[in-house]
Amino acid sequence: MTKFKDHLGRPVVAVTGIGVVTSLGKGKAENWAALTAGKSGIHPITRFPVDHLSTRISGMVDFLESSTKGASALTYDLAETAAEEAVAEAGLDVQDFGGPLFLASPPMELDWHDRFALYNNGKDKPAPERLLEVARGLNSLDMFETAQFGCIADRLADRFGTTGLPITLSTACASGATAIQLGVEAIRRGECERALSIGADGSATAEALIRFSLLSALSTSNDAPEKASKPFSKDRDGFVLAEGSAALVLESLEAATARGATVLGILRGCGEKADDFHRTRSKPDASPAIAAVRAALADAGLSDNEIDYINAHGTSTPENDKMEHLSLSTVFGERISSIPVSSNKSMIGHTLSAAGAIEAAFSLMTMREGVIPPTINYDHPDPAIGLDVVPNVKRESSVRTVLSNSFGFGGQNTCLVMAREPV
Amino acid sequence: MNAHDVVITGLGLVSSLGEGPDAHWQKLTTPGVKPVLDAERFAPYTVHPLPEIDWNLQIAKRGDQRQMETWQRLGTYAAGLALDDAGIKDNEELCTTMDMVVAAGGGERDMAVDSDILAASEKRSDRDVLLNEKLTTELRPTLFLAQLSNLLAGNISIVHKVTGSSRTFMGEEGAGVSAIETAAARIRSGQSTHMLVGGAFQTEHADMLLGYELAGYLHRGDWKPVWQRQGAEGGGVVTGSGGAFLVLESREHAEKRGHRIYATLGPVLSGRARRGLGELQAGIAALLSQAQLPGGEVLTISGASGSHKATAAEKAALDAAPGLAARGFSTLTGHMKEAQFPFAVALAALAIHHNAAYPPFAAEEPVFAGAPTTVLATAIGYHHFEGMALVGKAG
Repeated sequence: MTKFKDHLGRPVVAVTGIGVVTSLGKGKAENWAALTAGKSGIHPITRFPVDHLSTRISGMVDFLESSTKGASALTYDLAETAAEEAVAEAGLDVQDFGGPLFLASPPMELDWHDRFALYNNGKDKPAPERLLEVARGLNSLDMFETAQFGCIADRLADRFGTTGLPITLSTACASGATAIQLGVEAIRRGECERALSIGADGSATAEALIRFSLLSALSTSNDAPEKASKPFSKDRDGFVLAEGSAALVLESLEAATARGATVLGILRGCGEKADDFHRTRSKPDASPAIAAVRAALADAGLSDNEIDYINAHGTSTPENDKMEHLSLSTVFGERISSIPVSSNKSMIGHTLSAAGAIEAAFSLMTMREGVIPPTINYDHPDPAIGLDVVPNVKRESSVRTVLSNSFGFGGQNTCLVMAREPV
Repeated sequence: MNAHDVVITGLGLVSSLGEGPDAHWQKLTTPGVKPVLDAERFAPYTVHPLPEIDWNLQIAKRGDQRQMETWQRLGTYAAGLALDDAGIKDNEELCTTMDMVVAAGGGERDMAVDSDILAASEKRSDRDVLLNEKLTTELRPTLFLAQLSNLLAGNISIVHKVTGSSRTFMGEEGAGVSAIETAAARIRSGQSTHMLVGGAFQTEHADMLLGYELAGYLHRGDWKPVWQRQGAEGGGVVTGSGGAFLVLESREHAEKRGHRIYATLGPVLSGRARRGLGELQAGIAALLSQAQLPGGEVLTISGASGSHKATAAEKAALDAAPGLAARGFSTLTGHMKEAQFPFAVALAALAIHHNAAYPPFAAEEPVFAGAPTTVLATAIGYHHFEGMALVGKAG
């Protein structure tokens, strides 16, 4: 008999639908084929001119209809596309989902093209007053809604018939994992039988790129874009800004079983811990990341020797990969050198608000398919990082459990533990 | 009473009226108190400006202050007030195990850089190149972090060492509603023992006004109380700078450490009425009925924004429910967006704590005689999302 309660007496949370979009393609099939072939989605930027930019490559999603229509439109499109795939796979009504929505999305700002349009439709007055004066004469909500933080979730709620007030959240680069965590918690508390958790990020604008550049966070390996993201390599020089989305349908195992849904995996545990060290840097002893990993294991009711594979945050920045190695080797001890640890970001780049959700989706697929996607571009191993990064080529392996890490600016650390089967 | 009841043990408030629960209680219970207004700086818009604040009192390091723009500084300051008030500040054990949910928008852009780019755009057709040229050379590198939504929480972790967990919700008033609703649910389920929850809004920046005015939501012309703006020039919203943070605890946790309890946080309800279909008033009425209000008169701390349609719907729904005596506090503080609902709940807790009601904030508000035992707090979003909560006696 299937056990519907976990080690703490809470409902077991299953995943019954998964949707993904990244620079590698639309949908799980395209993504999985590329990911396991070790293919990179990183390419030269064509969406805007790259004059004066020190980074001219990215993992933008350029093949959607809204790819050139600004961050808000693209983020919505990414979220909707992934959610459609996930809800359909779950066999639920795509217009009447019947559970709450948790959306990880980037903070919204008025697009520069709209700022230019407002400004150049007025005259005389200084910019701040001029923008306001033109704005109040607009006879449309289009521009307004792109600058409201809650509007993407509002539209998604209409589109999919989710219940209640949708939550839009940001925990920076851990956002996608937090969206899943919120869904898991809502089900465990018995507030709902199912939840739709989405991470979506279509905010790779010129200004976003420049902001990260000014913080020296981005790779400048412009000449060979597909080689730019090289987590755990000695010559890693920053992350590659990217876009994408993933959606998970989370459901109590009991409800999923009752309606005969296919269970794609189990969300066993979530852990988090905030860092108070610095706005962009982690505490040198990695103690918050260590605490987050341990909290996730404890929440899952698993010990460290029960993790088969680690889906790393692995951004390819000098700082993250070093800190992540320190945290993993602290938690897993000597065994860490024999646990496969790979970074999807070597192929898709860093999808920011979406990363945690996308990497959870890929983790679930890793378990289902019995294939671990590689860390590509691992040509010059960092000798200080003794990890089995599944270098360059996928590996067939039976994976029962995965730890997926997400760390972000502002001291955000969120870890998820997933399992292939219910206990 | 239950060990997992959610109780309110700390309040951190800042608005144009001053700072701290006592200052707000004094001001707001003074009959006929006048709002603090600035009608000049952003004319034709009126704003409720920040009071003078000595940031050093809650953010000891100048270096930390410099890393933040006003919005983050304000939120970090208000959070510090709440921690102080709850007797948790500088208590390492309690801070490192404390969970946090912050309701946030975005921070302030650099108006000088933006203005420079916009001015240059008049003579350039290659505007995308212009952007690259100016942004790469003129943006202050750390400004990004001062604007980033989740960095208010990040700064609270750094300055006040609150590190149990940190989540940021976005989405105008609804973010504040969800923040309190989620925090309460976590405590009730035993998932958390003590939480810091709240938000801040700094309106004294043209870009923050633009967020409303892209849909014409701001009131123009002479200032009026929040209920009296229908038909006046503009969209009815007068904004204010401010912040509100609350420390929520399980009853068991608060009692064990022997700290004063202001009030008990009862049911928190949220909704997303389909306003385009005219469902807002019915949606608010449905939330009111779910709230299971006690009989008799109920003091109601309304976060009404003044936004014409939303405030008309709220007023109609409140008027239709028997015995609700509404106080539209935006009349005196202005609308504080993400902080609006936390502020409403905080004012409700103060009334419970003092065992007294606020006098009417405007002529049409009814007198509330006697001592409130249950207070309703609302935040009906100026554009979308709604929420309310009941706040009751401490024990």
